[in-house]
Amino acid sequence: MAGTALPRRLSWQLGRVVELVDETARTKSIVLDVPDWQGHRAGQHVDIRLTAEDGYQAERSYSIGSAPEDPHLVLTVERLDDGEVSPYLTDVLMPGDELELRGPIGGYFVWEESLGGPLLLIAGGSGVAPFRAMLRHWSAAHSSVPTRLLYSSRSLDDLIYRKELLDGVYDGVEVRIALTRHWPDDWQGHRGRIDGQLLQKVAWTPSERPLVYICGPTGFVEAAAQSLVGEGHDPRRVRTERFGPTGT
Amino acid sequence: MSPISRGFTRRRQSTADTTRVPPGQYVTGDFPVLSAGPTPHTPPDQWSLRIDGQVDEPVSWTWEEFLALPSETPTVDIHCVTKWSKLATTWKGVSLDVLLEYVQTEAEYLTAWSDGGYTTNLALEDVTDGRAWVAYEFAGEQLESEHGGPARLLVPHLYFWKSAKWVRGLTLTPNDEPGFWETYGYHNHGDPWLEQRYQGD
Repeated sequence: MAGTALPRRLSWQLGRVVELVDETARTKSIVLDVPDWQGHRAGQHVDIRLTAEDGYQAERSYSIGSAPEDPHLVLTVERLDDGEVSPYLTDVLMPGDELELRGPIGGYFVWEESLGGPLLLIAGGSGVAPFRAMLRHWSAAHSSVPTRLLYSSRSLDDLIYRKELLDGVYDGVEVRIALTRHWPDDWQGHRGRIDGQLLQKVAWTPSERPLVYICGPTGFVEAAAQSLVGEGHDPRRVRTERFGPTGT
Repeated sequence: MSPISRGFTRRRQSTADTTRVPPGQYVTGDFPVLSAGPTPHTPPDQWSLRIDGQVDEPVSWTWEEFLALPSETPTVDIHCVTKWSKLATTWKGVSLDVLLEYVQTEAEYLTAWSDGGYTTNLALEDVTDGRAWVAYEFAGEQLESEHGGPARLLVPHLYFWKSAKWVRGLTLTPNDEPGFWETYGYHNHGDPWLEQRYQGD
């Protein structure tokens, strides 16, 4: 678990909202122009800070959904009904608004071409956001690293980045979708939760030493990580990030 | 000076004592889990805790020996760098004051290390005088593995990444040596009241 130093100071800076993209009924991608952005690595996140007129402030972290090579910074935000920051970002924020942020943050849950593979990305729900950054980086770098995305979602309507994932934008990446609640009658993908059997089929073998990233709600991440380690995968090659609703 | 976020208002009407919530934090009732890798599951009969490094003689305890040490039951507020705070959490564990009495040292720092390879660095003055424990119970129950069981460090006055889960050893060092997150750009000290989240804060 050796690290890379990240020496410079993270100052708060302003981004301007260029566009808001409806990903699903409860998820939007915020496309930002950040003039002073100094670049990031795929998988990192930013802190957002909102300030009310009475001076009250709230801070939250969001994964970056754009590649280092992309012209704009993209944050994909799922609306949490009892949240304080996410409903503002999905329901109130408009193009032209300014957003205070700082980053990039985190240096472990990142993938770049030089780390190699085979690369296995396992996403639950809005946990797919950092993987979009990795896939876009994979494309931009013309990577030949064998890459698979296994993405669990409640239904097709809940699928974030649906069009680009289903239309094969990431030519060469094997995309497998698991729908856990509703699926079309002719659905060719996995039906139900990601289980040990599916993981075994998708995850290469332990001797092929895939580099695995898992992102999603805690229970999802725990189950997938435990299953892979139980199959003999090296825990040091399984990187996890947990977020989304934490429940009460 | 931060610009006003057009149309943003406070939505969380916290009933918590706001003087106990550091800047940039919100109070949560649940206990989110954050870890960089899979959860290790070390059974107690294969567990030990070791103090080594710059000491006269390393010392270690088996699980049974460790449970036999004098324990305390601190009630403390905890603060995670990912912005949540949890107030009045109850723990049972052994104070680092008790553990460090078993060694002689001139070290001023320690590196806590864990199953799974995690490390974090702390100044001795931050973990003595009743400010740190190796905890093995949370809310009256055995500490669950996803929260760091069988035992984790508990240093509530610093951001919670300093409270290393699955702790197995404390290595005393003459110099301050950055641990896992400290190497990845997080603050070396991590005082939530000074909002020391990242390097340079």
